[in-house]
Amino acid sequence: MEKIYQELKKIVGDQYVSNQPEERFFYSRDGGTTEPCFPDFIVMPGSTEEVQKIVLLANERKIPITPMGAALVLSGLSRPLRGGIVVDMKRMDRILEVNEFSRFAVVEAGTSEGKLQAYLKKHHPSLKHSVPDAPPMATIGGNILIHGSGHLSALGGFHTEMLNGLEAVLPTGEIVRIGSCSVSPYWFSRAPLPDLAGLFLGWAGTTGIATKIAIKLYPDRPLNDIDIFVMEDADSVPDVIRRLSGTAVAEDITAIMTPVPEWASGFQMINVIYGAESKREQVLKRDLLRESVKKYIKDKVGGFMPLYSDMKGRFMEAPASQLVRFADVKKGGGFEYVGAIMPIEVFPDAYRKGLEIAERNGVTYSTGARIIGLGHTMMFFYAYAFNRADPIDVKKAQKALEETNEAALTIGGIPWKAEVPAQQGIIRRMDPNTFKLMGRIRQTLDPNGIMNPGNWEVPS
Amino acid sequence: MTMLKYDPEICEKCETVDCLVRCQYMQFDLTQAKEEKLKLLAGESSRVLEGCATCYACEEYCPNNNHPFYLIVDRQEELSTWPVPIPLVKQQVKMMSPKGKITPGKVNTPLINLCFFPMLTGCIRGRLFDGTSLIEGSDIFCNIMWLHFAKNSVIRERLPKIIDTIQNNYLAENGINEFVCFHDECYGAYTHLAPAFGIDVPFKTVHLFEYLTKRLTVLKKEITPIRATVAYQRPCSNRLIPETQHWVDEIFNLVGVDRVEREYDRENALCCGTVLRAMQKDDIADDLQKRNLDDMQKVGAAYCVFNCPACFFTMKDMVTERGITPILMSELCQLALGQ
Repeated sequence: MEKIYQELKKIVGDQYVSNQPEERFFYSRDGGTTEPCFPDFIVMPGSTEEVQKIVLLANERKIPITPMGAALVLSGLSRPLRGGIVVDMKRMDRILEVNEFSRFAVVEAGTSEGKLQAYLKKHHPSLKHSVPDAPPMATIGGNILIHGSGHLSALGGFHTEMLNGLEAVLPTGEIVRIGSCSVSPYWFSRAPLPDLAGLFLGWAGTTGIATKIAIKLYPDRPLNDIDIFVMEDADSVPDVIRRLSGTAVAEDITAIMTPVPEWASGFQMINVIYGAESKREQVLKRDLLRESVKKYIKDKVGGFMPLYSDMKGRFMEAPASQLVRFADVKKGGGFEYVGAIMPIEVFPDAYRKGLEIAERNGVTYSTGARIIGLGHTMMFFYAYAFNRADPIDVKKAQKALEETNEAALTIGGIPWKAEVPAQQGIIRRMDPNTFKLMGRIRQTLDPNGIMNPGNWEVPS
Repeated sequence: MTMLKYDPEICEKCETVDCLVRCQYMQFDLTQAKEEKLKLLAGESSRVLEGCATCYACEEYCPNNNHPFYLIVDRQEELSTWPVPIPLVKQQVKMMSPKGKITPGKVNTPLINLCFFPMLTGCIRGRLFDGTSLIEGSDIFCNIMWLHFAKNSVIRERLPKIIDTIQNNYLAENGINEFVCFHDECYGAYTHLAPAFGIDVPFKTVHLFEYLTKRLTVLKKEITPIRATVAYQRPCSNRLIPETQHWVDEIFNLVGVDRVEREYDRENALCCGTVLRAMQKDDIADDLQKRNLDDMQKVGAAYCVFNCPACFFTMKDMVTERGITPILMSELCQLALGQ
């Protein structure tokens, strides 16, 4: 072990490697309910070449490697299930290029959402990227690789759909470029080439380590507005979402259903955020949204909340700080959620099932959904806050999460960034040939099985 | 349930039907107005119930003080003609409910009742409010806003409790029998609506305008005239208490501003638009806000003075975009006092 430690030091320098208990403690867990798994080493590479050397070393010694962004996934995906090396990517945070004309940015994979957001605001104020509702330290690479979504997802879909290309270190040490950047100096698209990006998206770090990422940027409009449609019939929500999203006006659509504050309980609040270049455009977009749901307005069963301009800002914040407040509502720093990707039409089932599970387990909950694309799908979330210092509270949350994952699968959804037990649930339902194909791909890419082992596997 | 003090015979005999003929949001000639009025009297549906903007103006226009607006709202509720989508109404009813967070304590006169506007506590400061004490919160919220939501039942249920809360937790304990209403709605609720609904009010209320006029008179030597032209945004609730309007002119004289005559002031004042947006009538709200702002701009207003916080928060940005400074009445007085 000491020899490996010395070799890692040679690769990244003294300051960026540790085998000390306090670091191993912190890197053994995330903010969710999963049990800690301790790494033997933590390294923070500063370049693609350093990542490559770490992977070659791990391959030679058959040491497990777990890549990590900001460890905010909450479902334990950056825990080293079999020990070994955690590769913390946060030092690789350089913004390499912003192309104003073709609207894309190339960044190192450890670049934080907050850094890119601040950089664009300062240097390219007419552009923005889709910010997830995660703390600003969340990394661009981490969020893309888990199929994240964010404040432009009604416009641009999943964050993986906004990916133009990437650079990755394969488990055997080769550096590969995916997308137009493999042919051209421009990182403008994944088309028209065979799309190899899928080898790295949604795999929970089991197929390689992404080191550079190119993402689409979008116009940052001078005028921004929010309309909140309030209703109390969950059965009608899919149709309302279909109508609102179908206008192709929104940058972001989220549905929020929460028992706290008390006045919000029992209502579905559908937040629609849109931008405009002029007042005229803003009014036109507002009117299109109203027109789309006029049936509900006419029947008086739904309507847009009148909001003062001072109130709107907090609903349009990216990321939304209100979610952070909910995350600590139990004052114990514990928060985890099941995000499940589902078709919009199962919204009523998802909503009712979530309430039933939360109430049965006595957990503090909030539910909601982010709409992806023009109502093409949604990320439905069931968030549970718990007091980390109270083991009974943690157990209750764990149980609710397990039941929620199962419920999501039962109603036709798929748990997102699934933790190991949820991965098992998905595998049980998956077409066996699909799972076999996944295995063959992994075997080809990672013959020694060093990449984040324990994930996407049938338990031995 | 307390019954509205309303005499149908007065309406039946009314020759002018000012309540409908003078309406700024619906068009009626005298014949049509009489027909619709008769439907309302008979408890039948009328296009008045759908088209009412709930601006309160007909309470002011009625020459007989026969409460035509309160009747319209009663009818809307009886016939389930909801002006605002039902989920919004239900949500608001929950949001604005008394939260039972009463902390009885020592208060003194002058006592300012800030209603349910905690964000405005910073306005109560300086020489203007020297020696005052303050109460605010959901438990003393006057609840008059339900007139906009066809929910007189909520007023009938909550207002007597609110009156008890104020009387028993703040006034009686401290040997006080009056307070100053910061908001027109509260003064309108206690002096106009409560008597009309047969709800007893055991205390006396003072309108903010009267308080400000008296304070400015005492502090007259400290006033530096502002010397500006102002537009005044008269709120809906002031339609219930037009007798307080003269104080506005007196305050403006004292602080040295010119309330320039404009089309949409006094009895022709326009709604700020918030309620129409809640009714999902954005086109009407857009139109009247534009007309109102054009009017303010045309007369060269440097300030737009508000007394209603809802009007202020609704219109402040759009007023600013027109190059006009939005300001609350009390803040205008503070400005004149150099505070």
